[in-house]
Amino acid sequence: MFLTRDQERMLEGENGDAVRKSMELLVALGEVFGAEKLVPIESAHISGVSYKNLGDAGTEWLEEQAELGSRCRVRATLNPAGMDMEKWEEMNVPPEFAEGQVRVIEAFKRMGVEPTCTCTPYLIGHVPRMGAQVAWAESNAVCFSNSVIGARTNRESGPTTLASAVTGLTPLYGYRLDENREPGKIVEVGTEMKTRLDYSALGYVTGKTLGNAVPYFRGLGSPDLESMKTLGAACATSGGVALWHGEGVTPEAGWAAGHLDGVEKVTVECSDLEEARERLVCDPSNPTYCVGCPHCSLREMAETAELAKGRDLGGRLWVFTSRGVYQEAARAGHVETIEKAGGRVYSDTCMVVAPLHEMGWEGVATNSFKGGYYSVAHGFETMITTLDKLVEGASR
Amino acid sequence: MILRGRRVMGGVAEGEALVSVEPVSFYGGVDPETGCVTEPGHCCCGENISGKVFVFPTGKGSTVGSYVIYRMKKLGTAPAAIVNVETEAIIATGCVISDIPLVDKLDGDPLKAIKTGMRIKVNGDNGIVETL
Repeated sequence: MFLTRDQERMLEGENGDAVRKSMELLVALGEVFGAEKLVPIESAHISGVSYKNLGDAGTEWLEEQAELGSRCRVRATLNPAGMDMEKWEEMNVPPEFAEGQVRVIEAFKRMGVEPTCTCTPYLIGHVPRMGAQVAWAESNAVCFSNSVIGARTNRESGPTTLASAVTGLTPLYGYRLDENREPGKIVEVGTEMKTRLDYSALGYVTGKTLGNAVPYFRGLGSPDLESMKTLGAACATSGGVALWHGEGVTPEAGWAAGHLDGVEKVTVECSDLEEARERLVCDPSNPTYCVGCPHCSLREMAETAELAKGRDLGGRLWVFTSRGVYQEAARAGHVETIEKAGGRVYSDTCMVVAPLHEMGWEGVATNSFKGGYYSVAHGFETMITTLDKLVEGASR
Repeated sequence: MILRGRRVMGGVAEGEALVSVEPVSFYGGVDPETGCVTEPGHCCCGENISGKVFVFPTGKGSTVGSYVIYRMKKLGTAPAAIVNVETEAIIATGCVISDIPLVDKLDGDPLKAIKTGMRIKVNGDNGIVETL
């Protein structure tokens, strides 16, 4: 791989051990993936934040990086933690867990990472330019950034996003190159998309069918931002999709349409979506009803509040969002409305990365195929339904 | 026997070979406390990889696996070196952040040429894997 003189000096340790270690990682991965050089990035979104996933190993590694002098050279935001950093006790999170989680966040703060603790940085003002090279982790954020915004990132991990934030560089390969952004399969949507849950189911089916190929959707209709958020999240989870094009919907679709010669077509019918829903559905005896996977937008907060009005939710409805959106929703009165009805609203964390077993959960109901997928993987009886049915189900 | 391949992480290490014909997930598939492979049904389930030259096709599973490799290094349960047929990001990241020599893309199939129990030297600096 070609390195500039400056980059060679960084690798030799002239800018300190933190930069040297970060360069070692980026160069090694560049070699593995056949990158010809490193390119500058404009921002990073760092995953590997929940103490549930990091454990003591990851926590120690992060503290060591902070100790070594790692500091972000570009804007870097942070993925969700395993708990609401303020209301963790109310969530029933064990104190030992909270202690570990605080250590993680403190280490990131020392390195200059914004403790946004959200999987939807794009909803709180972290929005790259179209075409910008960025180093983002978190599969839904990657999918949104590549597809809806048109920025360029691979599916990065915690260590690689941190290394890129510290050096401002990333190896040039994968989805950073035009040739890998061309459609891999045409996905003809043979049924009308009516609800956001339809988009979530479509994402799930697409990921299952395509693996990590790039889908080019036809017949998506006019998805709103929330529908595109849940579509990407689902296909990134079930298949590892990092980029999708939607005809008449996403910014690169016009370009992608010029690369459809010989591309195979699959059709997704209403029955495929029904089947996906049925496969992930059972009837949990005492579920916690979850909204906010990925984190709720302000509009979803408003919709949830509207549905919750006058209900008796008895602590059974849990709403997850970023602290940024929480504050906007609090100002708009949505948080109070939901809480008055007996719902709970938490920031910084979500149903995927919180220690749900330790918190005493028995079952899960969600309006997200991504949430449902992880809930099943974590051993919970899981139900998937639309937002209005969720609120209705939680109501007594 | 000498195999020549690609340096991914430098450093030189020796150890007894443990060969897995199946990909390995360090997150959930290996116990960092004991160094044992724990994935049910895995061809190396129950084997201890501590201090070994661990030979397997490639990594799989969650990216958290990189941190598990690091944890093992800290605990002294990590393999001495890793040889892959063709590595991927999780294993490469884990080896780089833990200073474990990693070589792949050898000029002969390491899963056939190397047998469990052989004494092996891995030179991550020049990509050479040889029997002792």
